[in-house]
Amino acid sequence: MARGIKDKVVILGMGCSKFGERWDMDADDLMLEAYEEALGDSGVETKQIDAAWLATAIAEQHVGNSGVPLAQALRLPFIPVTRVENYCASGTEAFRGAVYAVASGAADIALALGVEKLKDTGYGGLPQRTRGVLNNMLWPNLSAPGSFAQLAAAYAAKHGVNSADLKRAMAHISVKSHDNGARNPKAHLRNKITIDTVLNAPVIAEPLGLYDCCGVSDGAACAIVATPEVAKALGKKDLIGVKALQLSVSNGLEAQHNSWDGSYFATTRIASRRAYQEAGIEKPRDEIDLIEVHDCFSVTELVTMEDLHISQEGRAINDVLDGFYDATGSVPCQIDGGLKCFGHPIGASGLRMIYEIYLQMQGRAGERQRKELPPAGLTHNLGGFPHQNVCSISIIGRHGA
Amino acid sequence: MTFGILAHGAYLPRLRLTRKAIADANGWFNPALKSQAKGERSMCNWDEDVVTMAVEAARDALVERDRSSIAAVHFASTTFPFLDRLHAGIVSEALSLKEEISAQDMAASQRAATSALANALAGEQETLIVSAERRRARSASPVEMTTGDGAAAILVGEGEPIAKLLASASRTADFVDHYRSLDMPYDYQWEERWIRDAGYTEIVPPTIKQCLEKAGRKPAEVKHFCMPAVLPRVAASMAKTSGIPDTAVRDNFHAVCGEAGVAHPLLMLVATLEEAKPGDLILLVGFGQGADALLFEATDAIKRQPKRLGMRGHLKRRKEEMNYGKFLAFNDGIELERGMRAEADKLTPLSALWRNRETVTSFVGGRCSKCGTLQFPRTNICVNPNCNAMHTQEPYPFADEVGRINSYTADRLTYSPDPPACYGMIQFEAGGRVMIDFTDVDADALAVGQPMRMMFRIKDIDSQRGFRRYFWKAAPAGAREA
Repeated sequence: MARGIKDKVVILGMGCSKFGERWDMDADDLMLEAYEEALGDSGVETKQIDAAWLATAIAEQHVGNSGVPLAQALRLPFIPVTRVENYCASGTEAFRGAVYAVASGAADIALALGVEKLKDTGYGGLPQRTRGVLNNMLWPNLSAPGSFAQLAAAYAAKHGVNSADLKRAMAHISVKSHDNGARNPKAHLRNKITIDTVLNAPVIAEPLGLYDCCGVSDGAACAIVATPEVAKALGKKDLIGVKALQLSVSNGLEAQHNSWDGSYFATTRIASRRAYQEAGIEKPRDEIDLIEVHDCFSVTELVTMEDLHISQEGRAINDVLDGFYDATGSVPCQIDGGLKCFGHPIGASGLRMIYEIYLQMQGRAGERQRKELPPAGLTHNLGGFPHQNVCSISIIGRHGA
Repeated sequence: MTFGILAHGAYLPRLRLTRKAIADANGWFNPALKSQAKGERSMCNWDEDVVTMAVEAARDALVERDRSSIAAVHFASTTFPFLDRLHAGIVSEALSLKEEISAQDMAASQRAATSALANALAGEQETLIVSAERRRARSASPVEMTTGDGAAAILVGEGEPIAKLLASASRTADFVDHYRSLDMPYDYQWEERWIRDAGYTEIVPPTIKQCLEKAGRKPAEVKHFCMPAVLPRVAASMAKTSGIPDTAVRDNFHAVCGEAGVAHPLLMLVATLEEAKPGDLILLVGFGQGADALLFEATDAIKRQPKRLGMRGHLKRRKEEMNYGKFLAFNDGIELERGMRAEADKLTPLSALWRNRETVTSFVGGRCSKCGTLQFPRTNICVNPNCNAMHTQEPYPFADEVGRINSYTADRLTYSPDPPACYGMIQFEAGGRVMIDFTDVDADALAVGQPMRMMFRIKDIDSQRGFRRYFWKAAPAGAREA
């Protein structure tokens, strides 16, 4: 059994740009906005960074391929820079690269930066793009809402839930995220909405309406990580570290084998179980204080509550409607507004989630700050489609605790 | 063993445009259309063309048949999508026919299908004749009112034929009642009265006479007279002139689907073969720059036919369409604002299509020779997590498998020529599954567990390069039981 990543790497500093329709900004500008904050927070200089990872999922829309765009934007001093792409889970993938580099001893200090400049497509939603030569011949022209919407049909059929109850729980999720986003100055969407706003919105992909879908945003987020020894040598105290970092990638089973029923994420169930094991968590519902999940759509968040083993299977609707995941609930989910309202600049999203956990643990989350500082938090960053996806989980907690 | 018609099948698109919708839209310009505003015409969905319709008609004909004995495929149409690509070859591949067959396309005349049938019956090979038509027509033209889209398939060969050819006769004359040239996508037509008096009346009766004389049968013996003619009473008049009983004149389906061009004689023949009794004489006539006449006699075997949708079933498998605007959009009769999502490049790498033709065109997946698990598409390693054996996948055809909806959506964001785009996970009863487009569905009526069957359709049209690629889609299975 691998020994895992627990307590090997800590966060020196983090930064996050404002997310939204940043019409006046190129990807370079967004990267720098996030980086300057992280640099100030970390107390290190650019020349101290040994290696960097850049996450972008749709680079053809903005910076193009390779690590060069990051190296150029930040004038990194000819250090190794790797560009990673793993669907919408790319941000956590960059973090994983940086953390693993530090844990291996190959780097003392490493940078993970995710960026996406999506608002140059000329239309709303994610850009239409190729799925690969053979996939183009076989796959439906499926949109993100169209693929995730199918969770609702399969979930309702499996658990015998009527569609009105399901829609109401989904609406609660969106209303909650708008409430939270309204208290976040960096969020893309800061308006409060009501259940009726959600239920009466135009349908995007049956049964998802406009307010069941997250925003498509421009933005960047980054983390500078180091070994605990380096952090201490820099004079850092109350270190916040990585307790678990897991990735699970579909191998075609869900898409091709009838053992998967379409109502859940096989990858999330596996990755979260591994992450709890890596972090030494036995009862996630009791031991996890704060979660940031990949709420690309309300229904994704709903089923993810079960796939993270926090809500019992078939019981997420009850927990959601009971306010268990509200900002004032037992385990707040998307206290920063989530993808839904903070926004979803794809490559940045995984790092943005870690950024929020990091702020909340330090009591730096402003108006949306949880009263009792959460000792640990979990992020769930997902990419792809329910039947074929990439899921990464991170657990962030106090170093040594 | 005897040579003759072994099997037959039909296909009509599910959509039926009411002629009233056409007249309501165009009557302001051509008030004469209002008098024709009765009944309906079949209309291709956006993802149908003569190739997809021919495949479905052939599948209908080949129900319960071993396809390995088919030696030739002949495809007749005047509305082929390609000028230089063998459409019979696409059909052959979609039907998973063996590669050692001959195939040819026949075109350029409304009697291309009857000529193809006559040729095949004159030969010795087991031959599949398919014919389909999707004619474009100018708005407010009579052709728009009278035509319909459809396809038929006839299998001839050695075996226990349900009908034997007694005789055939042909005449050829460059009688140009209408034409369509490369420079123009629409028909140009001469006066109907002239077509009737100088065309049908001069050309058809002598051809019929010659055919009956060759067979040594009397016109009064003809039980079923199948001759498409859009002009009213022309078929009856040809029958009368030839001495064929008026009761033998078969309905031309004008009221329910319109005339499917080249395919129409075969569609009328298929409908007749669905009802004919042993010993019935069937006279089939195709007209176009001359005429073909073929005289058949139904055999005892006609009583023992497998269950097919056929013409009858396809007429029942219908959805009324009142939206003339949709008809225009599906037939490139209007320039729609399709949005920027429609601009995505639809390039088909031809080398990749060739390499993956079994998967894409034939819808063949895999069966693990070690554990028996079915999967689509075929891969090097078995998907069964308890097996994962390498290189054990044998070809397994999924085209005729029935599946059920596992999950679905009706997507209004993504581009579709007919929004919402409906698609979902289909789980096959025998095993295997596929996330795939749906077609011919009503978005409001989709449900988990709904039975679906696979149909051959247009997947994407690459308007930038004039190419179209085909694939399979899931459609409600209910129709097969009609």
